[in-house]
Amino acid sequence: MLEIAGRTFESRLILGTGGFRNLGVMAEAARGSGAELATVAMRRVDPTARGSIVEVLAEAGVEILPNTAGCFTAREAVITAKLAREALGTDWVKLEVIGDDRTLLPDPAELLVAAETLAAEGFTVLPYTSDDPVLARRLEDAGCAAVMPLGSPIGSGMGINNLYNLRLIIEAARVPVILDAGIGTASDAVLAMEAGCDGILLASAISRAADPVAMARAMRMAVQAGVEARRAGRIPRRHYAVASSPDEGLAELERAEREDHLPDAGAAPTTR
Amino acid sequence: MISIVLNGEPSELPAGATVEAAVGELGANDRGVAVAVDGEVVPRGEWASTEVRDGQQVEVLRAVQGGR
Repeated sequence: MLEIAGRTFESRLILGTGGFRNLGVMAEAARGSGAELATVAMRRVDPTARGSIVEVLAEAGVEILPNTAGCFTAREAVITAKLAREALGTDWVKLEVIGDDRTLLPDPAELLVAAETLAAEGFTVLPYTSDDPVLARRLEDAGCAAVMPLGSPIGSGMGINNLYNLRLIIEAARVPVILDAGIGTASDAVLAMEAGCDGILLASAISRAADPVAMARAMRMAVQAGVEARRAGRIPRRHYAVASSPDEGLAELERAEREDHLPDAGAAPTTR
Repeated sequence: MISIVLNGEPSELPAGATVEAAVGELGANDRGVAVAVDGEVVPRGEWASTEVRDGQQVEVLRAVQGGR
């Protein structure tokens, strides 16, 4: 179970809704993934647009988490969060303040200002952050309900670029850590959960897969596998093999042959 | 008449027009819509009583697919 700001969710997977061909595929993938929360973006009303994502998600039993995608300053992000609260009736916000067009990496300075402002105004703030343990701590101190470090740039599918930093964030955090961005396939999701993340947020890996609904199911299982593996406790890594069958009771077969193959015997070949 | 910028496009409205009228121009009076005038949120309950002034920028937003 994932607990954020006193709310509990059965699913540890949060679905981004970007990149799906249409709302039908999105809804089916949402069901396949088991997600109970899905992000939406705030954009200008398009009078020609068909279908309402709000209604489609409601029918799929998925709650809406508005984001501030596209904002480059704290001020833009704060206004967008307020517009989302007004439009959607939620004071939860997936906070994003981007600092670079090419990598879409967060702007740490603007992000922290926006997080402080929104938390002080009573928002439940879930900030998309770089994988910087110090920034993660500052966001937590600012009153954020979770921290959401990236694994690698949004949509890159590179997985987790800095597992060491992610582990430092997890070790120190007193709020949920949700890996946000970079997941490319199911094994990345397993790794995130094995590392101790409380949840993951992803979309592209599902929405841009050849078969989004199948990948959604794979991600659901991956999250579950990672959580259970972490709980089970992995064996330590070793440099050499550890025999898994007992030496005791081993039969002696083809004795002469075996001695021929001992290292000493082979060092100086002799004719017989 | 007044000239405003409505979702990035120039738009003419009668003098004294309200936010509600501006939103109506876009046919967007349904639920799930929020409005900012010159970067300040105007709550739905104040649309009918808030006049739009000449030169103001009105943004009318709704939720769309997005995120990761």
